[in-house]
Amino acid sequence: MQVTDTAPKPVTGFKFNREGATNVAVMAVLLALPLWASSVGEDYYVNLASLITIFAIAGVGLNFAIGQGGMVSFGHAAFFGIGGYTAGIAAFHSFEETLFMSVPFAISGTNQMLIIWVVAMALCGLAALAIGAISLRTEGVYFIMITLAFAQMIYYFAISWPTYGGEDGLSIYLRNQIGAVDTDHALTFFLICFGLLLAAIFVSARLSGSRFGAALGTARMNETRLATSGINPFPIKLTGFIISAMITGLAGALFAELNGFVGPSMLSWHRSGEIMVFVILGGVGRLYGPVIGASLFVLLETYIGEWTEHWQLLLGFALLGVVLFARGGVMGLIAGRARHD
Amino acid sequence: MLLKVRGLEVHYGAAQALFGVDLSINEGEMVAMLGRNGMGKSTTISSICQMMTPTKGTIEFCGQTLNRMSSHKAARLGLGLVPEGRRCFPNLSVLENLSAAARKGQWTLERVYALFPRLKERKNQSANTLSGGEQQMLAISRALMTNPKLLILDEATEGLAPVVRGEIWQAIATLKKEGLSILIVDKTLKELLPLADQAIILEKGESVWAGQPSALTEEMKDRYLGL
Repeated sequence: MQVTDTAPKPVTGFKFNREGATNVAVMAVLLALPLWASSVGEDYYVNLASLITIFAIAGVGLNFAIGQGGMVSFGHAAFFGIGGYTAGIAAFHSFEETLFMSVPFAISGTNQMLIIWVVAMALCGLAALAIGAISLRTEGVYFIMITLAFAQMIYYFAISWPTYGGEDGLSIYLRNQIGAVDTDHALTFFLICFGLLLAAIFVSARLSGSRFGAALGTARMNETRLATSGINPFPIKLTGFIISAMITGLAGALFAELNGFVGPSMLSWHRSGEIMVFVILGGVGRLYGPVIGASLFVLLETYIGEWTEHWQLLLGFALLGVVLFARGGVMGLIAGRARHD
Repeated sequence: MLLKVRGLEVHYGAAQALFGVDLSINEGEMVAMLGRNGMGKSTTISSICQMMTPTKGTIEFCGQTLNRMSSHKAARLGLGLVPEGRRCFPNLSVLENLSAAARKGQWTLERVYALFPRLKERKNQSANTLSGGEQQMLAISRALMTNPKLLILDEATEGLAPVVRGEIWQAIATLKKEGLSILIVDKTLKELLPLADQAIILEKGESVWAGQPSALTEEMKDRYLGL
């Protein structure tokens, strides 16, 4: 018998305990609201739900790195931005009918989302390979600072790249397409994002429940102990970091599509902080935590932001409350503490 | 020879912990490492497993020099460590603990469950919800799942209830009978010495005696082990 024959079953996240019920309820509300809004012609709310969904995907990516691998990256905006710029640059060249590069071989732009997603994720994977290969040699606060430094390097590179708008960013005049699907339709675009969120959660759950996920979890708990079991923690963590970056990069590509714009702000350290807020608010290591975190963040920004420009003060109090009194985040408050809390 | 340690010296910063440890283990042999607390037993084990870098001496395992090899590479050569204090991965289930470390070989989940049936009953339970004895069974099983050529047990029965201790000793005896090479550190000499083929005594970071356990005199036990 091979060990893999009886490897642990992947965590699906749909167990009908309190957390499972919360997960289903959150996803049901997230799906139902835009369906209702679209039926009454309120595309504003549909786009708001799309934004929540995209942020949640970014959070799912970071949550995999932090919750599963214990890698507190403060540079995930780099991947979010690379994803966004991939969509923006591809759309720009497609619209202008120019080549992205002609030597040593010609690469043109494209308006096909499927291609853009694959390229965005591949580029984020490569960037994460380079960043992770260096930063994962450090731990704790040094890891945080190095990931931040890399993100800032890419941020300043984007600012000083006039071809693609520099500091002003780049507009996507026509939303990219998927075959004959009308991606300009708000509800259709939301459903695409929602499907990708489910896919990201599914991949995250499958990986967390696999032998790889178990090894990544053990690397988080004690690298030396993992090493004495004959497993080198470094490639395990690096792979986890790359997967996390690819998921966040996909979110970046969708974010650019939603806004019809990509700019250096997608790469700024504020964005890294926001993605981390989604994870912490929802609950670190909770599969659906980033959905709750992103929802709360967007709703606070939208509704409290209308009332006062100091809405982030309230967000700060919420974060403080979660960190001090609810280590499992909002999901922990609702469903009780989990084994990762 | 499976493991050959010669003239091992280790420093913790400026303080020297080992002053020359010699140790040999043949295939299928069980060697007991004896000595009072603080004499360097765990440091020797840490050095063999490459969790510490020796300042002097050589460690050869399966004909390869281990010095300065990373600990995961040493483990892959066939060193299976059961560390002092169990140290399972507390937030992982029993099954996850076992499968995370597993490598192909004779030791499979079924065989481990046959050795410790209690683990099969608790396979979906988090390791931190297990009793001390069950955690020890899990720690031994986790090391076995790496399919080691040499199993290193550091205080495997420490702090366990007598009944559970008996179960652990029974499992160790089974492993020895099956021909697994074992290096063991334990204070319960009553169970340890009849099982061991060889014994080595460490005193103040130095190996001062090696031989068959039956050759250990009461005077030596009194002088070196404080019995």
